[in-house]
Amino acid sequence: MTQDITIKITDREGITHEVQAPTDMNMNVMELVSAYELAPAGTIGICGGMAMCASCQCYILNQVTLPEMSDDEEAMLSEAFNVKDNSRLGCQIYLTNALGGLEIALAPES
Amino acid sequence: MIKTDILIIGAGPTGLFAVFEAGLLKLKCHILDALPQAGGQLSELYPKKPIFDIPGFPEVLAGDLIHNLREQIKQFEPGFTFGERAETIEKQEDGSFIVTSNKGKKFNAPVIAIAGGLGSFEPRKPLIDGLKFYEDKGIKYFIKNPEKFRDKRVVIAGGGDSALDWSIFLSNIASEVTLVHRRNEFRGALDSVDKVQELKDAGKIKLITPAEVVGIKGAEHIESVDLDENGAHRNVPCDYFIPLFGLTPKLGPIANWGLEIEKNAIKVNNALDYQTNIPGIFAIGDVNTYPGKLKLILCGFHEATLMCQAAYQIINPGKKFVMKYTTVSGIDGFDGTRKEAPKSVVKAID
Repeated sequence: MTQDITIKITDREGITHEVQAPTDMNMNVMELVSAYELAPAGTIGICGGMAMCASCQCYILNQVTLPEMSDDEEAMLSEAFNVKDNSRLGCQIYLTNALGGLEIALAPES
Repeated sequence: MIKTDILIIGAGPTGLFAVFEAGLLKLKCHILDALPQAGGQLSELYPKKPIFDIPGFPEVLAGDLIHNLREQIKQFEPGFTFGERAETIEKQEDGSFIVTSNKGKKFNAPVIAIAGGLGSFEPRKPLIDGLKFYEDKGIKYFIKNPEKFRDKRVVIAGGGDSALDWSIFLSNIASEVTLVHRRNEFRGALDSVDKVQELKDAGKIKLITPAEVVGIKGAEHIESVDLDENGAHRNVPCDYFIPLFGLTPKLGPIANWGLEIEKNAIKVNNALDYQTNIPGIFAIGDVNTYPGKLKLILCGFHEATLMCQAAYQIINPGKKFVMKYTTVSGIDGFDGTRKEAPKSVVKAID
């Protein structure tokens, strides 16, 4: 049986939530945020996770090795707003054991 | 005024399939959609992506699914109004509704089916101070009449297909086209990228990358835009600024129709017929919410089917009918066509 990992997510109101994330359900960070309802429905994951809308943009707050950015993700971020050096799209970060302890903050809605 | 039995707001898969189910019950439909073409998200966001969970289709491209749905409903002759957004709704004395679009077109129907997906697609606006002030003074999020830009200086911002395509198109009309993008790489059809490269080399498009429009200047109208070009400031004189950063769905004016809204979606009675708190107005597909809701195309099809049964009762009060199987009854189109299963041949074998 796989173990859940712990991820800290700061929502758009600035409140930090520590959540348990399954690693065996092929879930990504955007889906995790939706599952815990940390962002109102309709304001995250609008494109369904295809790196096409940037509604799941988040800032990575600590040093955890993340999957490399795909061309699609990089292209989307280049057109998104409120982008910082530590911006990623939550839908492109799949939950694996390597992400245990990850801390992120959701970017403002745009 | 356009009169119909069911006014469907939204031409996505759910809205399109509702035309079919309504047609089986001899109800006519008109579809109103803010986008210029049918398909909703499927056409706008991912026409070339495969979908794997449409029953009976192991794999179907989103664009093909929309094409097939339009084929499937053709004989029921739905009316279409594209490029207009449903703005207001008024209940009439006879119980029907009049919906008015943002362009003033009026639609009268006893039943309204909102199949608006995540809402109407609106342009994503860059975060620039004073942007709103210039919105009718030289900023254009859509290009409706390219002639407006003849012999004008235009700055286009964005890195996708729209930015590339319009830069190419306007390079023959405008006196000067400047394309600004935050990266050197563009995400668009290879043909378009190559064409922009060609036009840049020929001096017909000015390309400024990596750069971002960070300010707008002008007294009564845009006179120039300020760029941050790799940390350096640059001012580009222009008559029009066209930011093309894609579209984002917003529930829009429908949110003010008095419908019960929860989680950015319209609450419906899922135990019965997906009717909203206003009798005669239904919400189907991604736009609705109810306990256990799943935003899946296949669920939208089911919701559209049940909605049509309830719509029939509203439009034909007290009139009896039974659900029919198309394999048994065939389909009688409003265009006079009939589709039916071939009859079995009864013939003795000597």
